[in-house]
Amino acid sequence: MSDQEIKSTPLESLHIELGGKMVPFAGWNMPVQYTSNMDEHTAVRDAVGIFDISHMGQFFLRGAGAEEWLNGILANDVNKLAIGEAQYTFMLNEQGGVIDDLIIYRFGDDKIFLVVNASMIDEDFAWLNKHLTDGLTLTNESDAWAGMAVQGPDAVAAYAKLFPTRELPKRNGIDKWDQDGSTFIVCRTGYTGEDGFELFTSAEQGATWFKNFVDAGAKPCGLGARDSLRLEVCYPLNGSDLSPERTPVQAGLGFFCALDKEFIGRDVLKKQKEEGMKERLVAIKYTGKGAPPRPHYGVFTKDGEQIGELSSGVFSPSLKEGIGMGYLPVKFAKIGTEVDIDVRGRKFPGKVVKKPFYKKD
Amino acid sequence: MSVPANLKYTADHEWIALEGDVATVGITQHAQEELTDIVFVELPEVGRECEEEEAIAVVESVKAASDIYAPLAGEILEGNADLEADPALVNTDPHGKGWIFKMKVKDLADVEALMDADAYTSHIGG
Repeated sequence: MSDQEIKSTPLESLHIELGGKMVPFAGWNMPVQYTSNMDEHTAVRDAVGIFDISHMGQFFLRGAGAEEWLNGILANDVNKLAIGEAQYTFMLNEQGGVIDDLIIYRFGDDKIFLVVNASMIDEDFAWLNKHLTDGLTLTNESDAWAGMAVQGPDAVAAYAKLFPTRELPKRNGIDKWDQDGSTFIVCRTGYTGEDGFELFTSAEQGATWFKNFVDAGAKPCGLGARDSLRLEVCYPLNGSDLSPERTPVQAGLGFFCALDKEFIGRDVLKKQKEEGMKERLVAIKYTGKGAPPRPHYGVFTKDGEQIGELSSGVFSPSLKEGIGMGYLPVKFAKIGTEVDIDVRGRKFPGKVVKKPFYKKD
Repeated sequence: MSVPANLKYTADHEWIALEGDVATVGITQHAQEELTDIVFVELPEVGRECEEEEAIAVVESVKAASDIYAPLAGEILEGNADLEADPALVNTDPHGKGWIFKMKVKDLADVEALMDADAYTSHIGG
């Protein structure tokens, strides 16, 4: 990324106006926080917050047999995806490792919208194109779209206020319409463990609607809060918890892989399911106070043997405790296993716990 | 922005209050606003001899860990134990209850090199 220019989302100047602290993330200039990571996190758990997700990639797949072709590429079962619904899925390499995790939206027969991670836009597009068959058209429309995630118990009310004539779809449901000369796409989904939705519209309209939601009471939230919110509910971050060397089965996400159909990487996943695997992604929580766990901190047994490292880690604003995830050998992956986390040479005790860390009452 | 006139400052956004040869050190109002949400402070070891600008403590927010440097050469006398239970004191009272450590200054002449409130105010663009 270093030789590339840093990219701006259509909302960049609005973030600065709203007091956002801008940092480079996946090649994009993004707000890490506005006022306080803690306050933004709490706003999403207790009320409503809004995140810029314009940096994410948007592809359109069109043509007869789009679903059938995609079903051979992605891990989840596209046949289970009804028109008007979205599905979480994986793009895997031949070794079953994760290229990307993504959400696909089915707008109609032969019409699929794909939302991919910002850092993976070029790689995903190239991978899909490499396998693309005649009669299908794949377009990368990432620059044309702005996106925002509105999350929290009051997200539904904010939506009703701004779109009084439209009904928010049910969980994982989608809606699409034209308004003010732009197309709007909404999906009742998110990355925080709260109720809410993700809204996509034209790059030109993006700042207006982000501002409209802020005026309707949504607190602008940065990447810091996005990370602590998703980690509390154990949603994986690609590039950290997911990687080309790890399969979704190892990550505990086998639920999203339909092993009863053919897709790239399936045989490796199937074998892991049948024969077991060496390491698994576990959730680790501090058992006392300590320096916040962070990615790449070493995980040790009580005897001082290093058994892995954290792929993610944060001080949980909801639980007021250190939480993290990491791949550990299966014999240490059992719930209740006591471990030490190494922070600058000091060890802080933790244990393997059940996922997720945080559950809404 | 609060930059008390009775304190000395470093370019790394630490403040120093001198009483005889004992310096009390913390981070400035400006620094705590930049860091926000301090959730952990790793205090320096009592008795540790340190050189000027040696990293001796760590202040951690939800998002990042930041080193705290010895503003002067000397010996660590005490860490603020209250921060172990309530690290947010650094946010709420950075120049008071949020002090981080006390040290015995080796050479008082070094104090001359620190910034006064006016110099620090222009350092942070105030």
